[in-house]
Amino acid sequence: MREVAIVGAGMTRFGEIWESSLRDLFVEAAAGALNSAGADHVDSIFVGNMSGGQFVGQEHLGPLMADHLGMAGVAAARVESACASGGMALNMGFMAVASGCSDAVLVAGVEKMTDGADVTNVLASAADQETEVYHGITFPGLYAMIARAHMEKHGTTEEDLAWVAVKNHKHGSLNPKAQFRGEVTVEQVLRSSMVAEPLRLLHCSPVSDGAAAVLLCPLDQAEKYTDKPVKVIGTGVATDSIALADRKDPAFLGSVEKSAERAYKMAGVTPKDIQVAEVHDCFAIAEICCLEASGLIEKGKGAKAAASGVTSLGGRIPVNTSGGLKSKGHPVGATGVAQAIEVFEQLRGESGERQVEDARIGLTQNMGGSGASSVVHIYQGV
Amino acid sequence: MPSPRYWRERANRFRLEAARCKGCDRVTYPARTICPSCRGTDLETLNLSRKGKVVTSTVVHVGPSEFTMEAPYAMAVVETPEGGRLMVQVVDCEPSDVQPGLEVSLEFRLIRREGHSGILCYGHKGVPVG
Ligand SMILES: [Zn+2]
Repeated sequence: MREVAIVGAGMTRFGEIWESSLRDLFVEAAAGALNSAGADHVDSIFVGNMSGGQFVGQEHLGPLMADHLGMAGVAAARVESACASGGMALNMGFMAVASGCSDAVLVAGVEKMTDGADVTNVLASAADQETEVYHGITFPGLYAMIARAHMEKHGTTEEDLAWVAVKNHKHGSLNPKAQFRGEVTVEQVLRSSMVAEPLRLLHCSPVSDGAAAVLLCPLDQAEKYTDKPVKVIGTGVATDSIALADRKDPAFLGSVEKSAERAYKMAGVTPKDIQVAEVHDCFAIAEICCLEASGLIEKGKGAKAAASGVTSLGGRIPVNTSGGLKSKGHPVGATGVAQAIEVFEQLRGESGERQVEDARIGLTQNMGGSGASSVVHIYQGV
Repeated sequence: MPSPRYWRERANRFRLEAARCKGCDRVTYPARTICPSCRGTDLETLNLSRKGKVVTSTVVHVGPSEFTMEAPYAMAVVETPEGGRLMVQVVDCEPSDVQPGLEVSLEFRLIRREGHSGILCYGHKGVPVG
């Protein structure tokens, strides 16, 4: 296998971007990534996207996006794993470069969620239609059940959940690309309207438009594009049962544990080596469960991580320095790639007010459904 | 929902048909042809008892469009004595009373309507015991 590097990145701001269509968002992010690396050619394009078909009636995104980038002819395809589509596209791009099949790969993620689709129903299509959605469960509802199981097992409180939102909004207030840049207090979170008990509105990531893109190439060709490449030293993908009822312990995300173990093994590092991480906080409870399952925080201790400052900027392991899905926004297919960009910038020392000092090794974890798929990547600054 | 899609699920929706793996005893609901625990293919059919205990639960306040009129409503993962687990609404009670450990009976009820002239979709809902 060849060593793989990220050599360029581009992304739109995240939010309700009424002036931009699905393709506009993609082109802005992709052109940004290519321009940042001075690249005028790629061998292949992977487009992470959960549901262009349901959100705006547009499928077949590989050729559409290649065409609008002025690159019709290039190999291009959409990659789907619900909210982990972006991370999954990065995994595909990694393999294309590592295997020697492609020398320059554009990996993008994009989602246009605010063009009028019934977002609750579209997102629910990542759950089990026949045994879950049929009965009236929603995505917040599934994560609420995970939260309640975690409370039963580990004594996690509503206040612990609120602290995750408080921390991530604080981080997001420093990110010009974030959808919500206002800080929130524990009291505000606990007073916000109930979505699915025990999860309130401010425990939930928003509905967002946005796109993110990175350019990958073999490490030994990186100098063509940049003098500050970031190596992708590990990638891991894993799955779990799609229905929550089929998991022995609903408070534990097995796909996250397995995907992380695979990535650590490939990278030859342990959780203790990780200095900055972006994890999939689609709901506050998800950050807690993902930290525990990925080994970044000891099992059963995830609940207090945000309140104690361990996962804040300046803490032992800053988590979601971008603001996370909660504050930065969650255009589902774009999220996994945007996480990679945050760590890419951290490891290049380009994160401004959000910079984690001397960060050399970082991790991203992107999840689909109620944890039925998870993708972990580990990065190292050069 | 096209009628064949609804009709196809009648065994699990109407009589709680599940499968037990003869290799490892894992009970899967709905029934499958390959055991998710051991990949065994020697499975026997069984009907789950119409009762169980709440494993975890929530109260949905913001529901999907078809269920908006019912909110807030309780949903739970219920485990039957056979070890089968299923996602159900829990009704005929205060939604906030539905907590892990609650004993429920599983009753045959209307679950959803497919529009004004579509299929009435049935299945099981939990009702607290006692
Ligand atoms: Zn078995």
